[in-house]
Amino acid sequence: MPDYFKPFRFISIFTISIILIFSFSFLAIGQDTEEEIGYSINDFSPAAATDVVAIDHVYDRGDGVDVTWTLSADDNKFSEYLIFRSENGSSDFVEVGLVLPGFNSYTDKSVESGQSYIYKIGAVYDGKIVESELSNIVVPDTEFINWNLLNLFIIGLLIAGAVIYFIAHAKAGKKLFIRKIAGLDAVDEAIGRATEMGRPILFIPGINDMDDVQTIAGITLLGRVAKVVADYDIKINMPVARSLVMTTARETIREAYISAGRPDAYNDDMVRYITDEQFGYVAAVDGIMVREKPATCFYLGAFFAESLILAETGNSIGAIQIAGTAMPAQLPFFVAACDYTLIGEELFAASAYLSGEPKQLGSLKGQDVGKLIAMIAILLGVISVTISDAWGVTFFDSLYDIMRSMFTIRN
Amino acid sequence: MEMAELIGIWLGAFLTLGIISFLYGDNPWYKLCEAIFVGSSAGYWFITLFWDNIYSKFYVGVTQDGNYMLLIGGVLGFLMLMRLFSKIGWISRWPLAFVVGAIAGFYLINYFSSNVMFQVNATIMPLFGSGYGDPIFSASFGSVINKIIIAGGTFTGLVYFFFSKEHKGAFGATAKVGIWVIMITFGASFGYTVMSRMSLLIGRMDFIFGDWLGLIK
Repeated sequence: MPDYFKPFRFISIFTISIILIFSFSFLAIGQDTEEEIGYSINDFSPAAATDVVAIDHVYDRGDGVDVTWTLSADDNKFSEYLIFRSENGSSDFVEVGLVLPGFNSYTDKSVESGQSYIYKIGAVYDGKIVESELSNIVVPDTEFINWNLLNLFIIGLLIAGAVIYFIAHAKAGKKLFIRKIAGLDAVDEAIGRATEMGRPILFIPGINDMDDVQTIAGITLLGRVAKVVADYDIKINMPVARSLVMTTARETIREAYISAGRPDAYNDDMVRYITDEQFGYVAAVDGIMVREKPATCFYLGAFFAESLILAETGNSIGAIQIAGTAMPAQLPFFVAACDYTLIGEELFAASAYLSGEPKQLGSLKGQDVGKLIAMIAILLGVISVTISDAWGVTFFDSLYDIMRSMFTIRN
Repeated sequence: MEMAELIGIWLGAFLTLGIISFLYGDNPWYKLCEAIFVGSSAGYWFITLFWDNIYSKFYVGVTQDGNYMLLIGGVLGFLMLMRLFSKIGWISRWPLAFVVGAIAGFYLINYFSSNVMFQVNATIMPLFGSGYGDPIFSASFGSVINKIIIAGGTFTGLVYFFFSKEHKGAFGATAKVGIWVIMITFGASFGYTVMSRMSLLIGRMDFIFGDWLGLIK
């Protein structure tokens, strides 16, 4: 062996020796431990879980049972707890779930209302199951009122009451103040521009179906836009990605033309179904944009990855663009590429602002009451908990509890 | 490589480049790709929706599973077809009214819970303590800044979206802070989303230069 290998050989032998010494030491410690606790691993029989209690899960449709138990003293030696259930007095128990050691509760969501059930817990140790005693009999039941949601009901009632009050207020002819919403004044201006240029208006209601409130808000605004379009006798083009949106949009535009006294000018082709496929739709709308060169583009509804593609294409043809969506990830693109953007709730407020109808105005004012409640709760809650932490004043502690519990959802 | 796979790759490359050619303006190649994309996807969705909804959910649900509640949806869907007959076309408004009203009502609670209740609940927190009941100034400096941004941002954002008062004076200044917070959030979101779009572009380029041209191994 060459000389220069010698130091490496020495290091290798030394390292292996150290590893062997440590390994034997650990084995010895392990044997000591078994001897100290007085049994060998093979004849050890761990204690089972105890006090198994099954109760009906509250405020549900009778499809849940909460099972709790006291952890075994040997909890850390188990690999898992299995939950077994028997139905209607049967002696056959079937496994319905499992939890890890350290957990002492399980909610069985596979039960039926009106049936009776008994549970037992099987703690798994070394491949064997250590069974607990049986639980009480439980019969899950349906509760029709979820009292846990009482706070939600009260706040909802307050807001709904405010909406009804303000609608009545507006219907009585009293003026309701709504602040100016930037961008909405531009709607008429944008439609006027299309009239002057003799070019069509493009209206995109997003790519979601009628089960999205943003689409509904977009269609509501379409009613207002279509009325002005009917008045000015200009062309509106509305490609859509959902069949139900097509039907609703056609109804909305037809209504607008009828109310403008020009039902004959309405044409079903104003609203066209393209495809449900997101980017197929985008490709088609881009093509429509560059070929028809609309003077004004409205993007009002729910948008996803197509937002910037549409807005950039609209920008490239020099159209005035008004966008509105409540999709947080898409708003930045509209803000960057459009002339006016209705941010989030402004989209929902827009139709009320434009129409001036008592129902919509009252609804908007009612929602403002909800926001006022939230603002007060945040302000009082944050201040009270901070003061309570600093000086331990009981009053502020209670105030914090009230504010927090007002907005806690308990299921 | 099999012939079918080879044809698929060439077709994919042809369509990808055709769609990208839109960058040079509207052209016949783009129009062809657009028509193929729209036509094939519309057909695909028709078949998918038919088999998923009308056959698997409705027909099988009623005839095999005995779920007769589905008949209500079936009747509403059938009423939509009344649009095809001008004299009774007005009947198609009923299912529309049902869909819009039911959905608005259904989502009211969901949105109210997630957008109002959870948001306000999560915002009510001690600004300087690390948690409720902990001594004041127990939180780290970064955590305090974070909490002030969350609580202040939520509050001022709400002020911005309050429509019953003109944005003037102190209220206007608070609303201005709110819109600044919103715009900064948009800026961060913009950068994040642009980066995710870059990954889509990289995916397409990988297809062109890797699968098609074989320049990337």
